[in-house]
Amino acid sequence: MPVEKAFVSGNEAVALGVRLARPHVISAYPITPQTTVVERLSEMVEDGSLKAEFMYVESEHSALSACMGASSIGARTFTATSSQGLLYMAECLHYASGGRFPIVMMNANRSLALPWSIYGDQRDSLSLLDCGWIQVYVEDAQESLDMVLQSYAIAENGKVLTPVMQNLDGFALTHTYETVEVPTSEQADAFLPPFETPYKLDLDKPKNMAFSTGPADNMEFKYQQHKAVLDAVKVISEVDESFYIHFGRRYGGMTEAYRCDDAEMVMVTLGSITGTCRAVVDELRVEGWKAGLLKIRFMRPFPEKEIMDLSTHVRAIGVIDKDISFGYEGTIFTNVNSALSKARTGVYALDFIAGLGGRDISRQDIRKMFGHLKDGLQGIELNRVRFINIGVAI
Amino acid sequence: MSDCVAKTITDKEFFYGHKACAGCGGSIATRLVMKVLGERTFTVVPAGCMSAVGFMYPQLCFANNALISTFAGTASMMSGIAAGAKALGLQDFHVVGIAGDGGTADIGLQALSGAIDRRDRVIYICYDNEAYMNTGIQKSSLTPFGARTTTSPAGKRIRGSQTQKKNMFEIVAAHGIDYAATASVGYIHDLLHKVNKAKSVDGTSYIHVFAPCPTGWGTSSDSAIDIGKEVVDCGLWYLAEWEDGEFILNRNPKEFASVRDYLSSQGRFRHLLDGDVEQIIQERDRKWAAIRRSWRIEARELSER
Repeated sequence: MPVEKAFVSGNEAVALGVRLARPHVISAYPITPQTTVVERLSEMVEDGSLKAEFMYVESEHSALSACMGASSIGARTFTATSSQGLLYMAECLHYASGGRFPIVMMNANRSLALPWSIYGDQRDSLSLLDCGWIQVYVEDAQESLDMVLQSYAIAENGKVLTPVMQNLDGFALTHTYETVEVPTSEQADAFLPPFETPYKLDLDKPKNMAFSTGPADNMEFKYQQHKAVLDAVKVISEVDESFYIHFGRRYGGMTEAYRCDDAEMVMVTLGSITGTCRAVVDELRVEGWKAGLLKIRFMRPFPEKEIMDLSTHVRAIGVIDKDISFGYEGTIFTNVNSALSKARTGVYALDFIAGLGGRDISRQDIRKMFGHLKDGLQGIELNRVRFINIGVAI
Repeated sequence: MSDCVAKTITDKEFFYGHKACAGCGGSIATRLVMKVLGERTFTVVPAGCMSAVGFMYPQLCFANNALISTFAGTASMMSGIAAGAKALGLQDFHVVGIAGDGGTADIGLQALSGAIDRRDRVIYICYDNEAYMNTGIQKSSLTPFGARTTTSPAGKRIRGSQTQKKNMFEIVAAHGIDYAATASVGYIHDLLHKVNKAKSVDGTSYIHVFAPCPTGWGTSSDSAIDIGKEVVDCGLWYLAEWEDGEFILNRNPKEFASVRDYLSSQGRFRHLLDGDVEQIIQERDRKWAAIRRSWRIEARELSER
């Protein structure tokens, strides 16, 4: 059978993935650069190719609240947001993970006001790393489509039952067109069966859910939540393997390592900047540098093991952070460093703050980052947190 | 389907074993509403008194399907349940939200507006005890003029709440909602009748129930029903409906009972001066003149037949 291909943006690829996942309820509130996802989904509902209840809600808070309501009775749900909208639903993010509602949500990574900016960085989702959601970051349109199906399979797994936030870099990925392979609905159905759970409101077996606890019980619920996200590590890898069997594509689970086996210096990336970084690694390899790349795919659960393993055979690690925790360092760097400290391998590490508010990160910028790693290895004193391509004196 | 009236109301309890304060009007409203709606009901209760007293794991007090929503998310969570139920093909069920005055008129107003706009098939019950009682009696936008709360203290310069009650009934009616009504736990037959009506509405319905709070109002624990009657009899609350695009007044007293007696029986109003009471009476008369001018008057028997 010939493979169906489509020339679509990252957002449209997500919409195609959502249609294949057959959600019962879609609720969403518009925000740039998420809008084209829900525009395409509403068109699919209109033309009958997607049979779902499409809810026009009046805010992001209600978008996620409605998903929780639908999920509580066993419906499969989808919503999408970005930036200010993600923060507006922050209360519901914690609520959804605590309630173990396996919602899948796309987030278009975008900067946060003030100053207002519609352009991409990853401060929105990374500032909500502790909200209990599984966070996956995708690199291109194909991965955007495929991960929607994988995200449902992960979220709805009985050991996990935790919502998944699928992050796409605003504009760089959401609005960039690429050719993708579109699975058939038969293939998708075989990979992703309908959602079944005993943990739902049921007219035949009434339940009270989303309750209060006192100090005597609360910690046990929080521990179970923590364990579920830890258990997701294994499920993520199993789902990726199953996806490969069904569709012939796999993404490596928690991380994807590129030319890391014999690398001395590895750049850690998140999201769409990975493509540029991969090209730089290839250039540097031609020039004789032992450069590599580790693409982090999941920030929660965190790929601690992969980073610890990497630290046993590389000399320097750089982290590209399109975010900053003001007064300290980039959030990815903090997480990577935590893993490195446990490994006790003494790897040299630098944090590169770049691309805030949509500033371009060029190949030259990434070459410079590798240059800094080389300088550091040669004993030159460098600030551990470095702002790249910034127009003020630092 | 025959109406559930006071004589035929079920003995079965759907909200039982909770820890509400003695004489709580909100829990009376909740209990009665659930008796009318029955077991095939999904109940959404936001953060607030009813969730605090009824949802402390492992003592969960609803016999039917129920869950707590976020404070602001009563209506949106109900809407999600209704949409999910439709998509899953569920038949013969109700979705009800039971929220307090702050959860409805303040933080939950936006989501409620959205649900009405979509005409989602849900029933929204506001039990109005006229302040944030669960957090310790703070002023809400439904706290009446003059009432003392812990954030609108009664002192020399300011004597209690300085704003009028936000008019939720007419706000929801202005959305073009399918059915809206006001009610009081003092007139139970009327309340049951209105919940019965809401059950069969193919769209959104809203019932605003006056529900005294002995703890917050400084009244005795056996007073909620009496105060719920007095407030209607003295004209500071009214029983009405919004249906088919018109307002209908259900009770039109020839003479009002004493506002002064109503106010003086409650600790929260005890500080009011004569001038304050006069102002409250003037506001009542202004409102009733407007009601009598433009609403259809269809007074009916409100006691049990």
